[in-house]
Amino acid sequence: MADLRNNFVGIKSPNPFWLASAPPTDKAYNVVRAFKAGWGGVVWKTLGEEGPPVVNVNGPRYGAIWGADRRLLGLNNIELITDRDLQTNLREMKQVKMDWPDRALIASIMVPCEEESWKAILPLVEETGADGIELNFGCPHGMSERGMGAAVGQVPEYIEMVVRWCKQYTRMPVITKLTPNITDIRKPARAAHAGGTDAVSLINTINSITGVDLDNFAPMPTIDGKGSHGGYCGPAVKPIAMNMVAEIARDPETHGLPISGIGGITTWRDAAEFMALGAGNVQVCTAAMTYGFKIVQEMIAGLENWMDEKGHRSLDDIIGRATPNVTDWQYLNLNYVAKAHIDQDACIKCGRCHIACEDTSHQAITNMVDGVRHFEVIEAECVGCNLCVNVCPVDNCITMEPLAAGAMDQRTGKPVSPIYANWTTHPNNPMAKVAAE
Amino acid sequence: MPEGQFKAGIAGGRLSPDQYAENFSDLHPPLDHHEALVESDRCYFCYDAPCMNACPTSIDIPLFIRQISTGNPIGSAKTIFDQNILGGMCARVCPTETLCEEVCVREVAEGKPVQIGRLQRYATDVAMAENRQFYPRATPTGKTVAVVGAGPAGLAAAHRLARHGHDVTILEARPKAGGLNEYGIAAYKSVDNFAQAEVDYVTAIGGIDIQNGKALGRDYQLSDLIRNYDAVFLGMGLGGVNALRAEGEDAGGVTNAVEFISELRQASDLSGLPVGRRVVVIGGGMTAIDAAVQSKLLGAEEVTVCYRRGQEHMNASEFEQDLAAANGVSIRHWLQPTRVLAEGGKVSGIELEYTALQGDKLAGTGETLTLVADQVFKAIGQSFVPAALNGSGASIDLQAGRIKVDSEGRTSLAKVWAGGDCIFGGEDLTVSAVAQGRDAAESINRSLTQG
Repeated sequence: MADLRNNFVGIKSPNPFWLASAPPTDKAYNVVRAFKAGWGGVVWKTLGEEGPPVVNVNGPRYGAIWGADRRLLGLNNIELITDRDLQTNLREMKQVKMDWPDRALIASIMVPCEEESWKAILPLVEETGADGIELNFGCPHGMSERGMGAAVGQVPEYIEMVVRWCKQYTRMPVITKLTPNITDIRKPARAAHAGGTDAVSLINTINSITGVDLDNFAPMPTIDGKGSHGGYCGPAVKPIAMNMVAEIARDPETHGLPISGIGGITTWRDAAEFMALGAGNVQVCTAAMTYGFKIVQEMIAGLENWMDEKGHRSLDDIIGRATPNVTDWQYLNLNYVAKAHIDQDACIKCGRCHIACEDTSHQAITNMVDGVRHFEVIEAECVGCNLCVNVCPVDNCITMEPLAAGAMDQRTGKPVSPIYANWTTHPNNPMAKVAAE
Repeated sequence: MPEGQFKAGIAGGRLSPDQYAENFSDLHPPLDHHEALVESDRCYFCYDAPCMNACPTSIDIPLFIRQISTGNPIGSAKTIFDQNILGGMCARVCPTETLCEEVCVREVAEGKPVQIGRLQRYATDVAMAENRQFYPRATPTGKTVAVVGAGPAGLAAAHRLARHGHDVTILEARPKAGGLNEYGIAAYKSVDNFAQAEVDYVTAIGGIDIQNGKALGRDYQLSDLIRNYDAVFLGMGLGGVNALRAEGEDAGGVTNAVEFISELRQASDLSGLPVGRRVVVIGGGMTAIDAAVQSKLLGAEEVTVCYRRGQEHMNASEFEQDLAAANGVSIRHWLQPTRVLAEGGKVSGIELEYTALQGDKLAGTGETLTLVADQVFKAIGQSFVPAALNGSGASIDLQAGRIKVDSEGRTSLAKVWAGGDCIFGGEDLTVSAVAQGRDAAESINRSLTQG
């Protein structure tokens, strides 16, 4: 039986599934329900400074986009950090940690970018027995207008400075949460690393407008006729988040820096993918907000089952296993040739592969053969682009089959070369020519 | 005295008023907004969609379903009406299980097709409830067209002709327009007087004058129409009912199923509609099933459909057969009527002979069976009655007893087109009649506007 126990920068939890700092972790009531459901840890909803708490809007806080059958694909929010009194949160955190010693409890913190503010709050948090802190440098709305959240996360120098203060004033492990609203995620990660952070977590939410009310011409969610960008999350952001995780994992300057992966994780498979790309554990929010805490049961069982099937004994066996395979485009093997193949028994003859290829790609799929509706790949035209696979409604009906070395590529009329060759040496690459001369 | 279901002979009032109401409520209740959205999401928007190709009127089904899913039911209705102005009725009565839904790729994949018929009803209901008219009439052409019969073929032809700016007069023998939509469809397939609402919707385009109580051959002749109008469209359907060719079939209680269905549709009080305690229906098509199921729903204790061939030969779709079975109708195969038994001039039973295929030919085996019955419905097909047509001068060419037309619906007579059940090669479906009426109208329009 695979061992799912997680040790993330010394913080132990029975499984790698944490709830991210967000509405589901706003108070003891929710967190206790989450622990009862089986979550390995929680990052408590972000704490602010002592004093009057922030206030939230009293209208809609969330906007969403949906797929077929109104499945929620992407969610955005304009909620701020906790709007509860600091002492109340600290008291509840302490009690929960006492009652659930085997679970991870992390305090997310966002206070003004001043040393005194951080120096003041860290001992209070430490006193709760929390296992670590997460620096919220990510929230893209509201707090960023006040110089906190993403406003810090977008300036590497600020990140480094605050991380340094935190490492100076607390013994707790420091996880720096990064905003994706930047052009190169490696810069803030390097800054956090330079400041001495124990780990980074990412991604926080993405600036977004999820819709426009076409009756009132107002962005959604709409507050009295106006809207503000919110932070986008959910399954739709997963590819963006995974790329950023991989970028940090394979950056020589930050390689080995522990990463807590966040962004659209909904199933065990999502979690396994994040971990394979280098995440030491994962944080979940939208999936829980969509379906409730019970989903962690599917995640635990699914991850265990997959690890058992593949013979992975512990999380260390899978973490970072895909990282070395993330490379730059220029290093991809241009001699690799794959062709789409349609399983005629599985094909339901919807014709979507044909029309996608015919209208928008390479005219490489038939729609009629000998007067009969029939969808088949024309290998001489197929460039192996994979679009047909992606638009097919039937799982595994169309597959990409690599051509063996030596086999004839009917499109080029040449046999497939067994030699790895990439763009850096390709004759069409002017830079390669220069190098050759 | 036995009451209700067990009342002997042909009698009404077998059920409570509530039971009548329940039994004759909508067979396929409309989808509500949520159901329509969920169902529309199931459509894959196939390329060269099989459903569309299976539809006799070639409605762009993937497009209209996509329009429902994007919150545009009005646009969806227009997509439907572009091809089939009687899309509302077709949504209710089409045997979708043998047309669009049979070939839906989700039927192939999962055995659960997208419910195309019900989605079509959803969209058309929205547009009709708002009386959204999509088609302005073209500039008047001054041309006049006579349409014989206000059934699906005639209405579809009339609407298309009116769109093109021609003035249309529909001559209808019955007191109401609608044809089989009004008189020939099981009540639970078209509730709330939908057929008349649809006639009103179709004729709201303007330029269509429906004259009821005008029968061809009785009140006017084809030659009158050819003389007085620029073109004529014949869409009079089938006026005759095939005989049983069984001894004693003129006994009391032996009735044409089409008349029973028509009376039922026109009845304002179903409890007043008499039905037998033990009913036998002879036939194997939709009419047989409609008569049988409705007999049961009216409170008959025992209803048996007898068909002279096997289940695989029945014209009634599998869905219809299942519907009959679910309503307690028993269907027996390989039986043909030989003799109607009567007591005091009223039917008391029917003698049937078992049949078998001998090579390609059906033949009696000599073995007989007698079923007790106090009512027998004949539903062994309808036939075209050409007498009215050909009693008026030039005769029109027939083929296998129906009007012969070319691919555009032109008959052998100049200026005369035809469509619907009265032509040879039709499928005896509402939706086919609509397609033929529409296409003939286009042909008429081309002819009237050329030169």
